[in-house]
Amino acid sequence: MALSSVLRSESADFADSFNQPFAHGCGLKQAGLGFGEAVDDSLNFAVKPLGEGDEPERKIEFLHGTTTLAFKFQHGVIVAVDSRATAGSYIASQTVKKVIEINPYLLGTMAGGAADCSFWERLLARQCRIYELRNKERISVAAASKLLANMVYQYKGMGLSMGTMVCGWDKRGPGLYYVDSEGNRVCGDLFAVGSGSMYAYGVVDSGLRHDLTVEEACDLGRRAIYQATYRDAYSGGQVNLYRVHSDGWERVSQEDVLQLHIKYESEKA
Amino acid sequence: MEYLIGIQGPDFVLVAADNVAASSIIQMKHDYDKMFKLSEKILLLCVGEAGDTVQFAEYIQKNVQLYKMRNGYELSPAAAANFTRKNLADYLRSRTPYHVNLLLAGYDETDGPGLYYMDHLSALAKAPFAAHGYGAFLTLSILDRYYRPDLTREEAVDLLKKCLEELNKRFILNLPSFTVRLIDKDGIHDMEKLPVVPK
Repeated sequence: MALSSVLRSESADFADSFNQPFAHGCGLKQAGLGFGEAVDDSLNFAVKPLGEGDEPERKIEFLHGTTTLAFKFQHGVIVAVDSRATAGSYIASQTVKKVIEINPYLLGTMAGGAADCSFWERLLARQCRIYELRNKERISVAAASKLLANMVYQYKGMGLSMGTMVCGWDKRGPGLYYVDSEGNRVCGDLFAVGSGSMYAYGVVDSGLRHDLTVEEACDLGRRAIYQATYRDAYSGGQVNLYRVHSDGWERVSQEDVLQLHIKYESEKA
Repeated sequence: MEYLIGIQGPDFVLVAADNVAASSIIQMKHDYDKMFKLSEKILLLCVGEAGDTVQFAEYIQKNVQLYKMRNGYELSPAAAANFTRKNLADYLRSRTPYHVNLLLAGYDETDGPGLYYMDHLSALAKAPFAAHGYGAFLTLSILDRYYRPDLTREEAVDLLKKCLEELNKRFILNLPSFTVRLIDKDGIHDMEKLPVVPK
């Protein structure tokens, strides 16, 4: 489902859509995907009109410099992220919230374009709520991730940048899906996304067992992000740790990477 | 990076696909299934661009199921292959072509087993054996050398193992395991995953 049809069909406010061309021109229409009807002016999401050879001109800053990870274990899903945003070699912020709370039992992580991630996951939250109201039961993680994947697939090739992990708990137990703007949607037990992902994989792969305790799993997630921030210049700030269990998600901790460094160094000694 | 292979026998088709779902240099998943069940006796193996593969394969899958619901009987493998090719061709010169490479394997009551090779330019060829991916360069000659139309099931599996051993020996990318399935008059059978143990 495309953005315009999602918003048009499911909201009473837009019942009478009138054919008014966008100020900027709707990128969707030009792409020939058949979205002829324009939406109410107030919903101008300013999709840049896509002309030929437009790609090199895009100068949007992206959050590829990041490390996010999530893994399943017997007591749920651990989600650990860093909090640094960079614009080239400038550190724009050390306190970015890269975990998006979709609803009380679903979390999404943010890597790539911050606006893309937060916007589409907020839209996903809306779709999940509508599903709940229609079907009188919580949406499964598989269905939620499929909704997100289908939404962004419509915009494939148009410059969206989003690499997210949808984490939750449904009647099949813990659920973890990786969805990105390329169109990938993969179910798995462990994912790490971002420029520091390879460093994080190294630590989690060597320490992950299914029968970890909650404390051990949290430490593993924290340690992996810390190691990634140690090696990757574009990751840093604080480690934000969440856990998803059968009753929903909970925020476990937020620790500064420097404090973790001091702690781990003193443990070595 | 991805690899598909199909071998047709006198009354069966043997197909295999690697299990890696990759994103740049990272293996995101080691047990990813690239085969889509179109009907009781037809499998579609699909590799190519991220997103396009699943979206296109599921689109074909649902349309084949819809045909069965509307008409009461299933599409034959030949018809399904031509339907798939037509869809690829229709999208080829649109703004959103599907960049996918496919193998369609099926068993028909009247025509017997069939293996169809399709690529992203919408070519379609019925072939006794076929492969997709960089691995195809290494293994097609093995198939040329050792294939016979009257292979037994065991001989076909041995031929498949020969191909996978060659991949493990000469292909620079690590493809640790492959999903293997066999289609015959009794339907689709899962065979044990072939992990290639290096010699």
